[in-house]
Amino acid sequence: MSSEVTTQDLLSIEGLSIVYEVDGETTYAVNDLNLSLKPGETLGLIGETGAGKTTTALGIMGLVPSPPGRIASGKVVFAGEDLLQLPEEQMRRVRGKKISMIFQDPMTSLNPVMTVGEQIAEVILIHEGVSRKESVRKAGEMLEMVGIPAARAGDYPHQFSGGMKQRVVIAIALACNPDLLIADEPTTALDVTIQAQVLDLMKALKTRYNTAMILITHDLGVVAQVCDKVAIMYAGEVVESGDIRDVYENTRHPYTKGLFDSIPDLDHTVGRLKPIKGMMPDPTDLPSGCKFHPRCPDAVASCATTMPEAVTTEAGHIARCLILKPMAEPSNRVQG
Amino acid sequence: MHRFIVKRLLLLIPVLLGVSLLVFAIMSFTPGDPAQLILGENAPLEAVAELREEMGLNDPFVLRYARFVGNAMMGDLGQSYTSGRDVFDEIFSRFPNTLILAALGVIIAVLIGIPVGIISATRQYSMIDSGSMIFALLGVSMPNFWLGLMMILLFSVNLGWVPSGGYSDWSSLIMPAITLGTGSAAIITRMTRSSMLEVIRQDYIRTARAKGVAENVVINQHALKNALIPVITVIGLQFGYLLGGAVLTETVFSWPGVGRMMVDAIRQKDAPTVLGTVVFLATTFSLVNLFVDLLYGFVDPRIKSQYA
Amino acid sequence: MSQEMTLALNETSAEATRAAPKKRSQWLEVWHRLKRNKMAMAGLVILSLVVLAAVFADLIADYETVVIAQNLSDRLQGPSAQYWLGTDEFGRDIFARIIHGARVSLMVGVLSVAIAIALGGSLGAVAGYYGGKLDNYIMRVMDIFLAVPSILLAIAIVSALGASLMNLMFAIAISSVPTYARVVRASVLTVRDQEFIEAARAIGGSDARIIFRHIIPNCLSPVIVQGALGVAGAILSTAGLSFIGLGIQPPEPEWGAMLSGGRQYLRHAWHVTTFPGLTIMITILALNLLGDGLRDALDPRLKH
Repeated sequence: MSSEVTTQDLLSIEGLSIVYEVDGETTYAVNDLNLSLKPGETLGLIGETGAGKTTTALGIMGLVPSPPGRIASGKVVFAGEDLLQLPEEQMRRVRGKKISMIFQDPMTSLNPVMTVGEQIAEVILIHEGVSRKESVRKAGEMLEMVGIPAARAGDYPHQFSGGMKQRVVIAIALACNPDLLIADEPTTALDVTIQAQVLDLMKALKTRYNTAMILITHDLGVVAQVCDKVAIMYAGEVVESGDIRDVYENTRHPYTKGLFDSIPDLDHTVGRLKPIKGMMPDPTDLPSGCKFHPRCPDAVASCATTMPEAVTTEAGHIARCLILKPMAEPSNRVQG
Repeated sequence: MHRFIVKRLLLLIPVLLGVSLLVFAIMSFTPGDPAQLILGENAPLEAVAELREEMGLNDPFVLRYARFVGNAMMGDLGQSYTSGRDVFDEIFSRFPNTLILAALGVIIAVLIGIPVGIISATRQYSMIDSGSMIFALLGVSMPNFWLGLMMILLFSVNLGWVPSGGYSDWSSLIMPAITLGTGSAAIITRMTRSSMLEVIRQDYIRTARAKGVAENVVINQHALKNALIPVITVIGLQFGYLLGGAVLTETVFSWPGVGRMMVDAIRQKDAPTVLGTVVFLATTFSLVNLFVDLLYGFVDPRIKSQYA
Repeated sequence: MSQEMTLALNETSAEATRAAPKKRSQWLEVWHRLKRNKMAMAGLVILSLVVLAAVFADLIADYETVVIAQNLSDRLQGPSAQYWLGTDEFGRDIFARIIHGARVSLMVGVLSVAIAIALGGSLGAVAGYYGGKLDNYIMRVMDIFLAVPSILLAIAIVSALGASLMNLMFAIAISSVPTYARVVRASVLTVRDQEFIEAARAIGGSDARIIFRHIIPNCLSPVIVQGALGVAGAILSTAGLSFIGLGIQPPEPEWGAMLSGGRQYLRHAWHVTTFPGLTIMITILALNLLGDGLRDALDPRLKH
């Protein structure tokens, strides 16, 4: 925390709601989500499977498949512009150039009939207005940067291992030096040892280019390694967010507390694990009021009827929980 | 790569031997005495017996088959019982006509099938999609010889635009080619559509969009290149099928091709012609399939790697 | 310890038997999905009409007097109140002949496919299950059959054995065997290596039991779909072969043969060729719709 003038948010999501409508059934994937990120920051977006993390990411990128999916409301303000209002033509110029995204499964993320060099060069060619020759050269550079010899640019994806494929994917994502990189579970499909390598690579590149990053994951260990901030998602909304140390040490939302409690501790012997009781709610039939209330050990009567507003501390630590209200302080962003 | 081609060509030999054995065995069940057939009903018994001896018809099966294969490899498929001429010459003189028809049929099928399949896939559930799927379904369900007859009825008999049969000039090609091509067009349309639909769902298409690639480039380059791979196999199969299916179309349009010759030969119990034609067409079919396999390996880098 | 094991084993076999009634509702599930597909249902309805026509053919039109008896004074008449679809070149009622023709087509179609499934399926199952050299030999032989376009093979067989209903059925069946061999073999290969087969062996299942209780049920779906489409193809082949004179012999009514007979009268009596052809198309269409619908209904991955 420095005493500079507060820097402008790079990304600010306000009240984003995304639904999927299939065969008359509506799935509420993202519900009134709020999130913000400053330039160069790394945010870990944590949540269980089905919490809506990927849909949020797709929403930022404007890639929510449009027949079943629909942005119901909200704003995604990036560098001052609401991306949701941009026409497709302009949004395309943002993708790959200002905001890049990498997906979970490297085995299927690359086009099998194009060489890796071509796939990297393509993104450069589209956005940087250079000659084909130049784009090929730059593609080679990017390969080197992710630790793959440039001579392999003419090889096809199936000739690489899973970890190397993911590196290629990272090379594609960073080729145009984007301001924001969204990484959706980039290491989940990889072996643990490869995981570490890829994470280190991402950290190094992030520092080198000062890229902001949203790292979507369900693995708390990964978040601890790489992120500055963390946001916890449940049933399509962010229930707690803030500086990573602050959230770990001063956990405020009951769900987050439950998550941290369920991790077995290496230092102590434990008779039973402590999972959070109950299951994730059905996104087509969400609970009223606070969506966590059926599973919450601290729930009170009003939790079932009232949607909790965000409660912010002066350190920028936000949590959405009714029982925190009495302790609320008006948010003031002055750092001390 | 060359080693692979040679290997596949070598593998073709046992298959072709098997085919010739199969067809030869089948044809050997033909009732009736060929020598009798050639000399006519009133020929004296000794003459028939002598001819049988000459033709080697009394030899054991294996010997006759070996003789057939030996001759066939040198281009001698025997002589027609009815005309006495070399079967191979007869086939060769008519094959170009069948080939033109089959080739045109495939071209029509591809020129219609692939674009319609792509459009259907990219506009799934739209009117265009439903419309083309209905047409494709009708095309697959229609007996092609009936289609030919209906076309003759409409365009030759009633409208007089094109000749109703025979091969007089280029306008004679139109109806037979369309008749042959319709069924294949329907199949290729369906195949292209389902392949595209599957490819569009893939992760790497999502990656391409996330890179900011324009949508038409995503479809026509990223998706199509992958979607067409299985379609190539189908096209090859269709060509082979057309070579065989031309039999019916040629009959309807009195087309001077190999298929019609075979039908006539069957009526006249001219076994060598039938045998020779089937073996010839089967060989052509196998070569076409081999070519398609090679093409497949060429186009899909994953397969290419296996054989490099 | 062994008491627990026995308990566990009993539970497993109880599970297994409990699994059986679930299977029945699986078919109901498929039926429900099929019902939702309107096109497939349309196909089923049309097909039922064809089957009914075939079954009650004799009631609708007497064979001897109406179908094969020639009536030259009435020849080549257009559709009228007396002859709904007109008469053919021998003065016979086309409608009646079409109805009786359904009998022949369906019989050849279904029987030839049944034979092909039985033969081809067995070959494919053996090849897939035992693998190795046996698989190789069987599939090489199948390749040889497949190297000849199936119509040509059928033509060769019929021309050698003589044109009759039996030979036609046999010829079409033989030329379809490789297709079913391939389909079944592919299914068997997919299932054979899955873990639940290993599990079945681990609790002591014999080869035969495994084949019948586990592998075959998984092969049913593609075979059913291919079978429906196969009947369509068989009917088309029957019509085609009869058209060139290699199939059902006159005076038996057969749709393709009727087309052939009416060919020379195309100019003035188009109805003789149009109606039988239309019937073929509608029947094939119905089978294709049903086949497509079955494919969608049986596909576990679809929609969810």
